Amino acid sequence: MTDANLLFYGIGLPYLKLSKKSVRGKLIVIEGADCSGRSTQVTMLKEWLEASGHAVLDTGLRRSGLVGEAIDEAKKGHTLGKNTLSLLYATDLADQLENNIIPALKAGYIVLADRYIFTLMVRDLVRGADREWLKKLFGYALIPDHIFYMSVDTDVLLHRALLKYGHLDYWESGMDVCLSSDMFDSFTKYQSQIKDKFDELAQEYGFDVVDGSKSAEEIHLYMRDSIALLLKSTEKSPLNMAVPKLASATIRTRKTK
Amino acid sequence: MLFYMKKVRGLGLKKNFSGRLYIVEGCDGSGKSTQVYLLKKWLESQGYFVFFTEWNSSDLLKTYTKKAKRKNLLTPTTFSLIHACDFADRYEKLIQPHLRAGHIVLCDRYVYTAYARDIARGCDPEWLHNLYNFAVRPTTAFYFKAPLDISLGRILTGRSVIKYHEAGMDLGLSKDPVESFKLFQGIIKEQYDNMAEEEGFIIMDATKSIEQQQTEMRAIIEKTLVGYRSPIDLSRRPQLVCGGD
Repeated sequence: MTDANLLFYGIGLPYLKLSKKSVRGKLIVIEGADCSGRSTQVTMLKEWLEASGHAVLDTGLRRSGLVGEAIDEAKKGHTLGKNTLSLLYATDLADQLENNIIPALKAGYIVLADRYIFTLMVRDLVRGADREWLKKLFGYALIPDHIFYMSVDTDVLLHRALLKYGHLDYWESGMDVCLSSDMFDSFTKYQSQIKDKFDELAQEYGFDVVDGSKSAEEIHLYMRDSIALLLKSTEKSPLNMAVPKLASATIRTRKTK
Repeated sequence: MLFYMKKVRGLGLKKNFSGRLYIVEGCDGSGKSTQVYLLKKWLESQGYFVFFTEWNSSDLLKTYTKKAKRKNLLTPTTFSLIHACDFADRYEKLIQPHLRAGHIVLCDRYVYTAYARDIARGCDPEWLHNLYNFAVRPTTAFYFKAPLDISLGRILTGRSVIKYHEAGMDLGLSKDPVESFKLFQGIIKEQYDNMAEEEGFIIMDATKSIEQQQTEMRAIIEKTLVGYRSPIDLSRRPQLVCGGD
């Protein structure tokens, strides 16, 4: 578990001279495998938070302008070394952290991160990376205020992946790890290894483990409660969190002005 | 045991390679590129296959690094990481396979360039050492040490433009590119001088004549080649030398 006064997991971004006080917003992370339902939850939470009067920034992996394309290009060719791929993702995340996440947090936004360093760590761990190396590498990462982890069994993920894409993805099946030359087999083995690693990190980093097999609405309500509690405990929210109809009310008052 | 590769750190790997890795470091204008070129010529004339690679030249990353620098999008951490990506890509695709196959590899700049520049930009030294610890230690690391005014003189004459990052303009040392470049190179030199002992650099006096320096380097390298055998016989297959075309 991490000390409540710490801003970063490790060395951080020393030259920024960031203080706990200056980070007024909240960083909420949603982790989980592909097809675990993360994006659905991010969309629902954003909707609800904005309706309640909070400014929201949603971020995800591979969205930085810096190396996002390089990752896509390299993955197409499958010609990447393990360290190179780790570092490309680490670059992508650092870029988003410094150029989007931190400025938004300073401005008082609630940042919803669709995956964070944990997905990257888990993928690298399955590929034989040294845990201490990863921990230090990601020492630049800000400690989130809350980490949800969508835990979904491998066979459920399999069916969702087939429904969603119609086929299994090369990388999501971990074909580069060479667990099996059979993609179906590889998917099952790879995803269960990923799950094991997530479970290990869940302990160490204090994930809020969510049963991803439940309905999207059920999960959403659970997340809402946790976030409402988080927002209430740190500051007096100017708006009533429980009222989702606020958006239309705002429009009405604007009209009368 | 100077002749052997020291242990590989990181990602849980500890390996010795049968190849040899020689690297050159130093400030811009210290003459290291000239020396490494002459070294390559000599080694090849001795019948060895030599693989050469230079800093910031990965095919995968080059275009993105350039774009990022042009748009001035980089922070100290992303500057450091994007160069680490470039290095990792070259290391995993080029340097390491050649060393494992038992070849001689020459690098114009190695991880120490990143240490020097990134520490100057405000990155944490320990974080940097961890970042690069997948890389093997060189058989020999040559550091071309020259008084600042000499290396600056070599660079500044015949160069009209100094690029933004090259001049360390992002550090905010001075608004004038030339002034900033001078200050930045001074900091870099200090970093090299500081790590020279710890990293076991062979310090080359870069004020000596080109021939003198080359002779010294060759003598040092010769010692590390005792017992080394090239895995391929180039004299039998001369077409390999110009392979690729």
